[in-house]
Amino acid sequence: MNFAKATMRWIEERTGVVAFVAPLLFHHVPRNAKWWYVFGSATLMFFTIQLVTGVCLATVYAPSAAQAWESLNYIDQGVPMGWMLRALHGWSSNAMVVMMAIHMVQVFLHASYKYPRELNWITGVFLLLTTLALAFTGQVMRWDQDAYWGLGIGAAIADRIPLVGDQVRALLLGGPIIGGETLNRFFALHVFVLPGAAIALVGLHMVLIIKNGISEMPKPGAIVVPSTYRREFEERMRTDGVPFVPDAAQRDMVFCGVCLIAIVALAAVFGPFGPGGMPDPTLINTNPRPDYPFMWLFGAVSLLPPASETAIMLIAPAAGVVILLAIPFLSNSGERAPSRRPAMVLIALLTVMAIVALTWEGTTSPWSPVMDGWSSLPTPAKFTQGRTPLEMQGAVVFQYAQCRNCHELDGHGGKRGPALDEIATRLSYDQLVRQVQQGGGNMPAYGKNLDSAQTAAVVAFLATLHPDNEPDALIPGAQLPLPVGDATAR
Amino acid sequence: MTAQGNQCGCGGCGCGATKPPSSAPADARRGFMFKLGAGLLGIGGVLTSIPIVGYLVGPATKRSSNLWVDLGELSTFPSGQTRFATFLNPIRQPTDGDSAKTACWVRCIDATHFQVFAINCAHLGCPVRWFEQSKLFMCPCHGGVYYQDGSRAAGPPPRGLFEYAWKVQGTRLLIDAGRLPGLEEST
Repeated sequence: MNFAKATMRWIEERTGVVAFVAPLLFHHVPRNAKWWYVFGSATLMFFTIQLVTGVCLATVYAPSAAQAWESLNYIDQGVPMGWMLRALHGWSSNAMVVMMAIHMVQVFLHASYKYPRELNWITGVFLLLTTLALAFTGQVMRWDQDAYWGLGIGAAIADRIPLVGDQVRALLLGGPIIGGETLNRFFALHVFVLPGAAIALVGLHMVLIIKNGISEMPKPGAIVVPSTYRREFEERMRTDGVPFVPDAAQRDMVFCGVCLIAIVALAAVFGPFGPGGMPDPTLINTNPRPDYPFMWLFGAVSLLPPASETAIMLIAPAAGVVILLAIPFLSNSGERAPSRRPAMVLIALLTVMAIVALTWEGTTSPWSPVMDGWSSLPTPAKFTQGRTPLEMQGAVVFQYAQCRNCHELDGHGGKRGPALDEIATRLSYDQLVRQVQQGGGNMPAYGKNLDSAQTAAVVAFLATLHPDNEPDALIPGAQLPLPVGDATAR
Repeated sequence: MTAQGNQCGCGGCGCGATKPPSSAPADARRGFMFKLGAGLLGIGGVLTSIPIVGYLVGPATKRSSNLWVDLGELSTFPSGQTRFATFLNPIRQPTDGDSAKTACWVRCIDATHFQVFAINCAHLGCPVRWFEQSKLFMCPCHGGVYYQDGSRAAGPPPRGLFEYAWKVQGTRLLIDAGRLPGLEEST
């Protein structure tokens, strides 16, 4: 024991490490800082997992467009526990994004960004951007079809920048095409630049936490007054605060432990993400989708009105960042309690709901044609029974001409256009002919692509699509329920 | 890490008992040396930055010129049909692997007239697929649809499919390719 103490003293005299660390561990935090405060720690824990598993993966991963995909398969299949490391890296990255999002919403709801913690928030915003950049570059590391076409989407957005779009795209891709230099650029970002930036920002974030203290739980009526806040806060911490270790840290430890076990379990049960199809751009039977942190953006770009699409794609992200950075300057004093800031609560609620809804839309992608719907879906039996040969022929044309890629019958098929189970109650025979031949309402015109016999057959079939005992739409030439002749409407 | 410790080492605070009091000529020399050092480091920094910046932004300043690529015999593109074709990108790098491969759609209008469409949807670049039966190109990402002549039929694309310039040399079809097609080409 004496030897251990002597060793510690020897080290302490030469390093001062205890004197440096002790205030970090035992600084006083508010007594009421309870379970709301665990999400930042969980984010940091998952970032640490990312660093460790990432370095491990880099020992085998081949950062070369010619070999990256094969090396990932080798990690999964040939390296002991390789699949588990990839799974941990993937699941932990998603967990990091989720924890960071919850942490951010909590800080916003509690207005912890108000004086003197404006820069805590701002370093946090930069940490968010760095983390999302890590997530996107990480998706590129997978170098599968999703990675390739995801880069294509990034390149197409960069290309829309006025004047310098071409140059920005070349800078992003490291050349005129997506190729070897593209992967290596993103590799350098993913393993050197961004982790370095994240470590520096985490350090800064920590320094600010120590300097400004952890904010108390907001109480209605407890007003932040910048001129007196710091003195009063420090006084309260001295008299009523509790040491971070163990009083607050124990909650962090319990929560982080549960999260870590959950992520290890998810990784072990569900395994790694991808790699998907091999990154050969001539294999075009692919259905590119981004990783989950970007699914809401994928959904959003599908739903933008085409006329303003470019402007929104280019301006909205920058505007979003500016708004996030501006928050602590727009309001850095006054009430912190959510009950006294209903508008802020509403904004947070709407933002979270929008992101969840867009993620759902992106995942289900109802706007995407079901590319093999025409060849793989059966015609529901109830729509073929008792039909004339002409109508049966129309059912064949309906499948053959890929109508099913965008239209549902009996709940199966594309959702791009309306389901057609009861179309005959909405459109008369003449209207059906017109719609098939001229399109409109975001439907292509089939007039050039179907001959008159095929058109007659498919319309005869469509005219049978209505429930028993419900009359056909019988008003010839009536106003169409779909927008007519407006090719840009969706 | 005491507060007093932080003040040491500046030479002028007088806390170091062993240090002689600073004299005016020494201060002047130190001021000159500091400026000289800053100047030398500045020049060195600029000299170092030139190759680094040039190396990183090189791809953006390179004129991405296209080159004629052979797509194959004319007979592989029957009149009135749209066929899938692939080629190796002419400006590929040694490390590109499969990503140097490129796909396109070749529409033969008649024996002497062609349209060669980029595989990339004009919306956000996903690969479009040709449906012979309905004579439509469809995109799996956001549902862009194009007619057989490449013009926009439906969905979010702001324009029709991108086209490569083509020419017939002997019995072979050549296209002018080499870069990912983009919106700036439409203007």
